[in-house]
Amino acid sequence: MRVLAALSGGVDSAVAAARAVDAGHDVVGVHMALSRTREEYRTGSRGCCSIEDASDARRAADVLGIPFYVWDLSERFEATVVADFLAEYAAGRTPNPCVRCNEHVKFATLLDKAVALGFDAVCTGHYARIVVRDDGTRELHRAVDAAKDQSYVLAVAGPARLARAMFPLGDVPTKEHTRAEAAQRGLAVSAKPDSYDVCFVADGDTQGFLHARLGVRPGDVVDAAGAVVGRHEGAYAYTVGQRRGLHLDRPAADGRPRYVLAVEPVANRVVVGAAADLAVAQVEADRPVWFGAAPDAGAAHRVQVRAHGEPVPVRVERADDELVAVRLDEPGALRGVAAGQSLVLYDGTRVLGQGTVRSTRAPGDAR
Amino acid sequence: MTILPGFVTGGARGLVRRGTDRTGPRARSYTRGVIYLDHAATSPLHPAARRALLAGLDQVGNASSLHAAGRAARRTVEESREALAAALSARPSDIVFTSGGTEADNLAVKGLYWARRAADPARRRVLVSAVEHHAILDPALWLAEHEGAELVLLPVDRDGVLDLQALHDELDAHGDAVALISVMWANNEVGAVQPVAEVVEAARRHGIPVHADAVQAVGQLPVDFAASGLDAMTVTGHKVGGPIGAGALLARRGLGLVPVQHGGGQERGVRSGTLSAPLLAAFAAAAQAAVDEREPFATRVAELRDRLVAGVRAQVPGAVLRGPADPARRLPANAHLTFAGCEGDSLLYLLDSAGVAVSTGSACRAGVPQPSHVLLAMGLSDDEARGALRFSLGHTTTDDDIDAALRALPAVVERARAAGLAVLA
Repeated sequence: MRVLAALSGGVDSAVAAARAVDAGHDVVGVHMALSRTREEYRTGSRGCCSIEDASDARRAADVLGIPFYVWDLSERFEATVVADFLAEYAAGRTPNPCVRCNEHVKFATLLDKAVALGFDAVCTGHYARIVVRDDGTRELHRAVDAAKDQSYVLAVAGPARLARAMFPLGDVPTKEHTRAEAAQRGLAVSAKPDSYDVCFVADGDTQGFLHARLGVRPGDVVDAAGAVVGRHEGAYAYTVGQRRGLHLDRPAADGRPRYVLAVEPVANRVVVGAAADLAVAQVEADRPVWFGAAPDAGAAHRVQVRAHGEPVPVRVERADDELVAVRLDEPGALRGVAAGQSLVLYDGTRVLGQGTVRSTRAPGDAR
Repeated sequence: MTILPGFVTGGARGLVRRGTDRTGPRARSYTRGVIYLDHAATSPLHPAARRALLAGLDQVGNASSLHAAGRAARRTVEESREALAAALSARPSDIVFTSGGTEADNLAVKGLYWARRAADPARRRVLVSAVEHHAILDPALWLAEHEGAELVLLPVDRDGVLDLQALHDELDAHGDAVALISVMWANNEVGAVQPVAEVVEAARRHGIPVHADAVQAVGQLPVDFAASGLDAMTVTGHKVGGPIGAGALLARRGLGLVPVQHGGGQERGVRSGTLSAPLLAAFAAAAQAAVDEREPFATRVAELRDRLVAGVRAQVPGAVLRGPADPARRLPANAHLTFAGCEGDSLLYLLDSAGVAVSTGSACRAGVPQPSHVLLAMGLSDDEARGALRFSLGHTTTDDDIDAALRALPAVVERARAAGLAVLA
């Protein structure tokens, strides 16, 4: 097959590309430039946006003996991932930009462009497995290394797109094996630190980035009773479940820490309260994507709502083309679930579907 | 596998070994397996340059040393200087050897600015055309950001040719405040030949020194430094079949250039650094050959270029030639085309895979194609500028190369257009 290997400049994508070469594919390396104003060097734990990362990707391609190109997808990235990031925060929701990048850039623009240019598949360094059944249907499964599993951020791409995806690292036992393999292959990126911050936010300072892009809008931080307990510089910069950085003037009556319970963008208010008030019993997610048929109502599965969150057992209440609604077996097993987060439904290691959280209900509020 | 100077990276085919036949480059394609149409980026070594380079590599001696070995190196350097001066109708003492075009441009822009500002603090305006190479634009911008210069970008017309009226207007209004003017002899992207003589004429009335980057012009157009009236001019070796790493600034004596690079005081104290006798000998040999062979070369590549352009226009819908349509007003080896609905990186990838090496005709930063400032200055939209390709021919280009490029292009453009639509979706 003609395979386009997306090379971020990190160790995972380099080893994935190497494995695709070993498998006998005709591999071409492409580094996506996602920002026009690129930093010269990596800063902190940001991903792939520096000139140094592009250079590392090029050297990996050299070692593998494959052609290498840099494609400028910065406009698309800005128009989808960054714009969605800003719009979601402005609407009081909590986006996951990695999910949106997979949805709009990697397994959309990059994949479509690759296919149009004659490639059969796009290979990435994601930790997830694609299992092809005897009947030809494709399933997305968790990686063998549960700690590195990225099926959560990939599910949004859906079965049709992932039919052309290749994840050679899905069966790697641990990340250390990937590093060892990189070193053994002579890839200089073998010891490069992992990236986990949002790649387009410098220094991991999301609040600073949002203030710079959305402007400063001072307002009140209130408790559940409506009493003003502090001030903020823009409600959009807060996320449900957040504890740090609240800078409250008045301590809570019970002296316990307070968390963001709700972000109200129209009123420009942030509501805070006790940890217990974050408990969730039901979750509804919209824009669902299904791998195969949607599960029946009443089915017992697990949901995950954060990139490295624990999957919790649920009963499916509704699952169709418009909505996925689940009831937690143990109310409160999830806390502080914000609208905008990605919800992924699992049957064991298999991804059943994905949706974007629209609303939650607390245990006492349950229907 | 031994890597010889004649290697290029050949896209999907990996390393492609260029022909090593001894019959000379004209006999057949110099690059076996690769259709190399990117001579404006760098051109294969001319046999005369290769001979000079190889002969010099084993010669020990620092041209600044006083013993016999040093004198031998010095002699090579000075003979190279005289040969280069003769080729460009300059005096040997006009020549300041550099590492290449970028260094020469930096020395011209910064050195002239500092010299003129020191002589007359009112002269702070730096006039450059909007289509200059980054080696001119970026030093000028740097002067504006750090040295109090006022940068004036002179506009160009739709063909990329300097708007002389804008220059006259600028000089009428601010002639006494201008430190220098830099306008390239011919544009590296769209091949537009610039009205350097008119610029010199206009500048002379205001006592303003004029520099021209002639990197692309040497070997394609008659370049006579003395007759041009220029005060300074940049040339480089590797665009004319010399090695990468050798260039020169031709600077009229008495210009008082302020050095950028300080050290041992070589090159009249204007450019310190040990001179590379082998590189300079090869540079001079290549320049001499390029100038000697210029007329038949220009006629031959212009014919090939015209055939390429006519073929593309006939076979590829939506292909538009950019730069002057009049062949007399553009570099004979240059063809620059835009392909509506295509992205440059798709075109480049597909052609590279097909073994055809061209340029997207835009500046790259970290390998990322940026919309060409030249095309934007010519009034093209971002979308129009996106699908640009520069084909640049050279001394090794053959009829077969043009045929092969013409065979590959229609399918490449069709496919790139489909990919362009996928990206917009």
